[in-house]
Amino acid sequence: MTILVIAEHTNAALAPATLNTVAAAQKIGGDIHVLVAGAACGAAAEAAAKVAGVAKVLVADNAAYAHQLPENVAPLVAELGKGCSHILAAATSNGKNILPRVAALLDVDQISEIISVESADTFKRPIYAGNAIATVQSSAAVKVITVRATGFDAVAAEGGSAAVEAVSGSADAGKSSFIGEELAKSDRPELTAAKIVISGGRGMQNGDNFKLLYTLADKLGAAVGASRAAVDAGFVPNDMQVGQTGKIVAPQLYVAVGISGAIQHLAGMKDSKVIVAINKDEEAPIFQVADYGLVADLFDAVPELETLV
Amino acid sequence: MKVLVAVKRVVDYNVKVRVKADNSGVDLANVKMSMNPFCEIAVEEAVRLKEKGVATEIVVVSIGPATAQEQLRTALALGADRAILVESADELNSLAVAKLLKAVVDKEQPQLVILGKQSIDSDNNQTGQMLAALSGYAQGTFASKVEVAGDKVNVTREVDGGLQTVALNLPAIVTTDLRLNEPRYASLPNIMKAKKKPLEVVTPDALGVATASTLKTLKVEAPAARSAGIKVKSVAELVEKLKNEAKVI
Repeated sequence: MTILVIAEHTNAALAPATLNTVAAAQKIGGDIHVLVAGAACGAAAEAAAKVAGVAKVLVADNAAYAHQLPENVAPLVAELGKGCSHILAAATSNGKNILPRVAALLDVDQISEIISVESADTFKRPIYAGNAIATVQSSAAVKVITVRATGFDAVAAEGGSAAVEAVSGSADAGKSSFIGEELAKSDRPELTAAKIVISGGRGMQNGDNFKLLYTLADKLGAAVGASRAAVDAGFVPNDMQVGQTGKIVAPQLYVAVGISGAIQHLAGMKDSKVIVAINKDEEAPIFQVADYGLVADLFDAVPELETLV
Repeated sequence: MKVLVAVKRVVDYNVKVRVKADNSGVDLANVKMSMNPFCEIAVEEAVRLKEKGVATEIVVVSIGPATAQEQLRTALALGADRAILVESADELNSLAVAKLLKAVVDKEQPQLVILGKQSIDSDNNQTGQMLAALSGYAQGTFASKVEVAGDKVNVTREVDGGLQTVALNLPAIVTTDLRLNEPRYASLPNIMKAKKKPLEVVTPDALGVATASTLKTLKVEAPAARSAGIKVKSVAELVEKLKNEAKVI
């Protein structure tokens, strides 16, 4: 049984979500092959070869894969994956974009965002914004699966010594082209990989006040997130959104500041180990899931917190 | 240019769903049903393309039970020109839905197909991408901006860490993200007019599509509940607890 894991990477480096996906593959059991499809992606491939538990790394280095265009990458994955028992990718925006296209090319159903492996053909996944958990069994010849990173503890990034093999990919499908990207530049850790996340909600009142959270975050080495209400109000960009329609996080510590705790937000952070809520409304639903609740004005509490940590 | 929009009938997003006692699924009896929010955004985008003179005809399609005609009528009231219901009482998986949509695409030959990125019931986020693969078209998923320019469509996509813009050859598939637009409400005169717009009902058999699935839902459970912890009285107490009790800072 061979499990093909699609690496999440930036060409220059392997993204942490890949380690969680390999962990899910280990739970299924089998030879784990990791595909690094990109352009000038040698460094990412080398990093993948060091990941614990990986048997082989396949590198498809081709300009057509530089920006992970699904029209180009999906046929490659389908070709390499058709003899495998499973094809796994992280449920990142990239994995979600490519993998259903692979499944359709292979004429099989896909199982999205699994949070646990019950056996090689049975998995658990959240439905209805995490308000229900379905146990799903697949009889597909190739099981195509996206993995929610927070459901699996990452394997070690070092310790493996997999063979690296170049594979030839098909040329550009000629259906799409990359125009550009605007990626937020930040020295803070990535939201989904951070050990501590501090999020602000509508109670922040405006985008400028998020500086309070950035200062605290820098002191704690934390990432900064936001509720959908804060994003919709235009305080911060959408890529900071934590929730069912944004990022799913499960850090060691989640601090919700001025967030009421709508179901859609809770779906994105309720698996955090420790949850702290700071809100002046003591009836706010966020307190029902918080390990430590502080009823206080955030504009007093956050600066004080910053001086004490 | 003809635009095809796919919509799904789902539990209204305001409803707090409950898992059935026998763990066979969620209880949908007497629950308010609505158009999936991401599909509303898809309809709105098509209507805006028509208002700009880019789209000439909007065909809206749903795959679901007979009652999904309600959501199709809503789309017609919002500005779609005609509707197609592929009627199926069975709950279909994304691949089967994508195959049925492919059959509709073959028949209608739209230049652009707009779908929601995911439905808020099954949360799969698959159908648009699968339809793109089956049709051999390019895909612009999680769109926050859609601009048709000649024989291409430029799609700005919400990706992890920011935005990505791609140019897709037409015909193409676009799936909507939340910030693409804010859907309008249907006016009463338009709701009345929508009742007279054409709505065709077909069956999966008539489209020649087999809808069998390889997936079986064994059980559906409520998620593990998280219980409320304690209220601390001061920031100092909070820091003390985080350092010494939770040991997370």
